[in-house]
Amino acid sequence: MLYRPGRMTVAITTGAGRVTSMDVRTDLSFAARQRMAVRDFGEAIRLWPLCWKLSWLDILLRYRGSTLGPFWLTISTAIMVGAIGFLNSVLFGMTLREYLPFLALSLVLWGFISTVISDACACFTGATATILAVRMPFSLQATRIVVRNVLVLGHNIVVIVVVDLLLSSWPGGEALLAVPAFLLWIIDGIAIALLLGAFCSRFRDIPPIVASVMQMAFFISGVIYKPEQLGTSRWLLQFNPFFTILDIVRGPLFGQIPGWSTYVSAAFFSVVLCAASWLMFVRVRERISFWV
Amino acid sequence: MAAASVEVSDLSVDFPLYHGTSRSLKRRMFSTVSGGRMGADAKNRVVVQALRDLTFSLSSGDRLGLIGQNGAGKTTLLRTLAGIYEPVTGRVHVEGTINALLDPSLGMNLDLTGRENITLRGLYNGLDEDEIKRLEADVESFAGLGEFMNLPIRIYSSGMMVRLGFALATSIRPQVLLMDEWFLAGDAMFMEKARVRLEDMVRGSEILVLSSHSEGVVMEWCTRVIWMDQGRIRMDGPPDIVLEAYLGRPPVRAQPVKPEPETAIVEAAE
Repeated sequence: MLYRPGRMTVAITTGAGRVTSMDVRTDLSFAARQRMAVRDFGEAIRLWPLCWKLSWLDILLRYRGSTLGPFWLTISTAIMVGAIGFLNSVLFGMTLREYLPFLALSLVLWGFISTVISDACACFTGATATILAVRMPFSLQATRIVVRNVLVLGHNIVVIVVVDLLLSSWPGGEALLAVPAFLLWIIDGIAIALLLGAFCSRFRDIPPIVASVMQMAFFISGVIYKPEQLGTSRWLLQFNPFFTILDIVRGPLFGQIPGWSTYVSAAFFSVVLCAASWLMFVRVRERISFWV
Repeated sequence: MAAASVEVSDLSVDFPLYHGTSRSLKRRMFSTVSGGRMGADAKNRVVVQALRDLTFSLSSGDRLGLIGQNGAGKTTLLRTLAGIYEPVTGRVHVEGTINALLDPSLGMNLDLTGRENITLRGLYNGLDEDEIKRLEADVESFAGLGEFMNLPIRIYSSGMMVRLGFALATSIRPQVLLMDEWFLAGDAMFMEKARVRLEDMVRGSEILVLSSHSEGVVMEWCTRVIWMDQGRIRMDGPPDIVLEAYLGRPPVRAQPVKPEPETAIVEAAE
């Protein structure tokens, strides 16, 4: 028996947000598959209210019945920042005043990156019931992961603000540079959710690999120490996508605009990530429901 | 809106099996239950041929019943018609809005209240705020769940869950309704209401595809029956003829459901 992987195109004309016509058939051309992927994104945009609601529910349901609700996120981040802050300021011989604002910012932003990546692994496997019950754009699931984590980040920002208030360490106008960088984060986040989501639903060995890579990345990417502390080996960080992508948002918020090499590296890795993610998604989109 | 129609031509769907502990064990198990439809492809992956070369078409007013053993491909066919699985070869063309009731808790979140789930379903269907309000009113009056609407559906009985699911699915009027037989779990009074509502929907020149094991249900609801066997169409025709061939005896028509007194459902809902 010969197994031919499915290649097809679906034409969906929608009326009032509903599927009114569906035409699914075998189709070999890359262009047709690409049109399908674009349509997937188009539908996800149209279903934005759903995506927003699902993202909120993900957080609310986790804390339903607890008094503080999502602010438990804020509290646990605050405790983490406090504990590591005291420990490392002693280890590194820095004053808290010098170290704590950096650490608060670093840990909160790293928390976003690492949770997006670990959630990305369960992007589709975590939504199996929905995927098998209704036809839904897959990019909606990826967007949901990013939106959910932006909401979590919103709660954790309180920690940064409190530290800055206590130590009056506000960044200047250069903080605005973090805005376009954060938009890049959102795009990268969706890309990684699609890429890892599809990959992890096909190969179930990937999530543990991702988890150990992320653990290593935490230590090599200058999250809890300042890049200056690496001394002459500092240039190596420019080749670490985790560091450069972290630094384009963290630097400006800390009042230090990263050098051009950091920006070039972050942009390069983002382009590679998005391209890989797009090719993967175009190739395997309709297989995902068979894999979950 | 144009009339609804379903066109299926040369449709085949294969299931690749990737996640398992022992391939050989799996192979042995599957060859028993799937009647030898397991095979390996060119890359030596194990695949199950869930659907094989299906061709049929439905037009407005058709009520199709799918019968066949467990594992004959009924649910896979419903999912493929719903666009959840895309064909490996062949084509599925559906004109009209589709709604698939494949699982009573479909897209519902057990920790949300009935009311919240209605809103969520509305969003799944891309409805706006006004439409969601109308949906809520409609589902509330049809499902007759009373105060339970404000409680998490985790505590619902299976009958209540079915009522909510059925009300939701039929409130968002699809032109093509795809349904697994679970909806029959409702109590007698509800069945009567459901029948009125379903008939209403089918009369509005819509299409129903119903997968069922019950001859009574098929005889009552369907105007055409497809007998699925190992992923293929074994027989396609009027219900009595196909059912007789399938069962090896003339089918028995179900007793008409007698509505119970109104008090019964009020008690059930409180």
